[in-house]
Amino acid sequence: MIVPTMADMMAQGKQPEVLFWVGAAGSYDDRAKKITRAFVKILQQAKVDFAVLGVEESSTGDAAKRAGNEFLFQMQAMMNIEVLNGYEVKKIVTCDPHSFNTLKNEYPSLGGTYEVYHHTQFIQNLIAEGRLKIDQTTLQGKRVTFHDPCYLGRGNDIYESPRDLIKRLGVNLTEMKRNKRSALCCGAGGAQMFKDAEAGDKEVNILRTEEALETKPDIIATGCPYCNTMMTDGIKFKEKEAAVVVKDIAELIAEANNL
Amino acid sequence: MQYLPNILFAIALTLGLGFFAMNIRKIFRNINLGKKIDRTDNTAARWKNMFKIALGQSKMVRRPFSGFLHVIVYVGFVIINIEVLEIVIDGLLGTHRIFQNFISASFYAFLIATFEILAALVFVVVTLFWTRRNLANIKRFLSPEMKGWPKMDGNIILYFEMVLMTLFLVMNATDTSFQEGGIGNPISQFLVPLFGSFSVGGLHAIERTAWWFHILGILVFLNYLFYSKHLHILLAFPNTFFANLNPKGQFNNLASVTNEVKLMMDPDADPYAAPDTGADEEIPEKFGASDVLDLNKIQLLNAYTCTECGRCTSACPANLTGKKLSPRKIMMDTRDRMEEVGRNIDANGGTFKEDGKQLLNDYILPEELWACTSCNACVEECPVNIDPLSIIMDMRRYLVMEESAAPQELNMMMTNIENNGAPWQYNQQDRLNWANEE
Repeated sequence: MIVPTMADMMAQGKQPEVLFWVGAAGSYDDRAKKITRAFVKILQQAKVDFAVLGVEESSTGDAAKRAGNEFLFQMQAMMNIEVLNGYEVKKIVTCDPHSFNTLKNEYPSLGGTYEVYHHTQFIQNLIAEGRLKIDQTTLQGKRVTFHDPCYLGRGNDIYESPRDLIKRLGVNLTEMKRNKRSALCCGAGGAQMFKDAEAGDKEVNILRTEEALETKPDIIATGCPYCNTMMTDGIKFKEKEAAVVVKDIAELIAEANNL
Repeated sequence: MQYLPNILFAIALTLGLGFFAMNIRKIFRNINLGKKIDRTDNTAARWKNMFKIALGQSKMVRRPFSGFLHVIVYVGFVIINIEVLEIVIDGLLGTHRIFQNFISASFYAFLIATFEILAALVFVVVTLFWTRRNLANIKRFLSPEMKGWPKMDGNIILYFEMVLMTLFLVMNATDTSFQEGGIGNPISQFLVPLFGSFSVGGLHAIERTAWWFHILGILVFLNYLFYSKHLHILLAFPNTFFANLNPKGQFNNLASVTNEVKLMMDPDADPYAAPDTGADEEIPEKFGASDVLDLNKIQLLNAYTCTECGRCTSACPANLTGKKLSPRKIMMDTRDRMEEVGRNIDANGGTFKEDGKQLLNDYILPEELWACTSCNACVEECPVNIDPLSIIMDMRRYLVMEESAAPQELNMMMTNIENNGAPWQYNQQDRLNWANEE
């Protein structure tokens, strides 16, 4: 697929409407790359003038900060801010709630102030502006449950954007017992993704997967590449791969629209 | 001799309030051991939080059953205190039910009737609370940190309330002239038969005894607050006022780090520059927190405010899956250590003498800190907006930046970020490969 970079744009003297911040998972993780491509297809269908940083993008520093390494976080932040400000970026969209939270909330006091959107908010706006329509027939009748990413939900009080999009897919949205502000974490946040869990009697992602399975879903929808990994692993552990799929909302929309 | 009861009462009142004031000063002193933090912005939102969350109990009722029961005790506590005002005036002036002289008999009866009904309700609810704590097998009351004193403390508070409510009703039941009036006694009238065998003099003696024990009990309870987990009845108000207003996902950026990073990234900085004279006298700021003195005042206020209800712990993903981390224990440990430091200061004439202990390791283990997913469930759950997560993060910062004591896998993750700009070992030049893979 053709994905313009900010450097290309600048060479042509152009400024895109929005920068798509892909994030480390979206760039390197095989599962998350599918989310990235699905979102790009949506952007292309809606004719959004976007660009990515490509090789100039670097870790936001979220994981480093939450692991306690404030030095590394601020070094990453200042490097990224230099690049972003160099390209005069005003508006950013990302599929990763961790990048979303860091760019939106933690960069401003370090000199990087942008209008930052989670992809579910951005797609909502595209629909409101009449630039995108979701086909309600493809996934009609499927049972979908939504797992709230902590850094989207509790972290930034965004509960309705993803649910609004799911409802537009023509599916049945069923809530887990713990949802929205009382949603249970997938177990990946706070840099847990990159280490083994401390001794306990269960993995967090297994507990959350069990809660999701209680709703008897066809699809577990998420809005975060890390949640996606954790829930996908949980489904494998529970040997439910044949019956249940874990999908990002961007993937569901791309699927609905046959992109 | 006629004024002896008045004098005794005045002495008891002075002692009770005096001790309480002394202890409150100690709490202030201990909270002020913390680092400064500015939480005076956006006062409109702060007042709103206080009214909604502390006064209005909006977060309590998210768990409808225990929340509703708590509202009964809360309303009872606040309203019955109007009666305490009358008792105090009576005690000082040697009068009996002095409010009757100022308000109509029917309104007085209405007030006392309200107090009696609330007292009975409070008694019932407190008994339910006791049952929940001791018999109902509710997981959050059975955690390891609730063994011993914390469990007893919780029960003592409930016993206090049961006894105080009973004394109030007995005092009314044995007040013969009040019962003869026949109004304002919707509950106490049913207790009257219990005292049927007593003479008028005997009844008066019981009434006086109940009256005295009731007010003395209140003064003792007031002073027990300082030693108990029950300070939330006062501190919930400042605690909700000063709580964080930023999005919960936003963690603070350490200013001390910003200065150093800016210097490192400044191409004009002279690496061989001699430090400014005077600058080397400054002790470089410690990164993160290993003891209570490294925490900020709001974090310490949080610790005093915590009433150990355990809603945080019951929502914590790490705790739910059997890990050692319990956000409630983080708050309890912080308070225990702060009080230990406070006692140390008292014993050493106003200055802290190194005691070879700290919050980290002696109270909170790295294993607890590393189990946190930073999901904010504990912060969301707290009925009075306590933030255990900020303490966990500050202590992780100390472990990583001062001790280089992160788990090995996290060190690898951080090395990868430094080298490749990603938490995994991929080449930064491959960042756009995803675009060509389909």
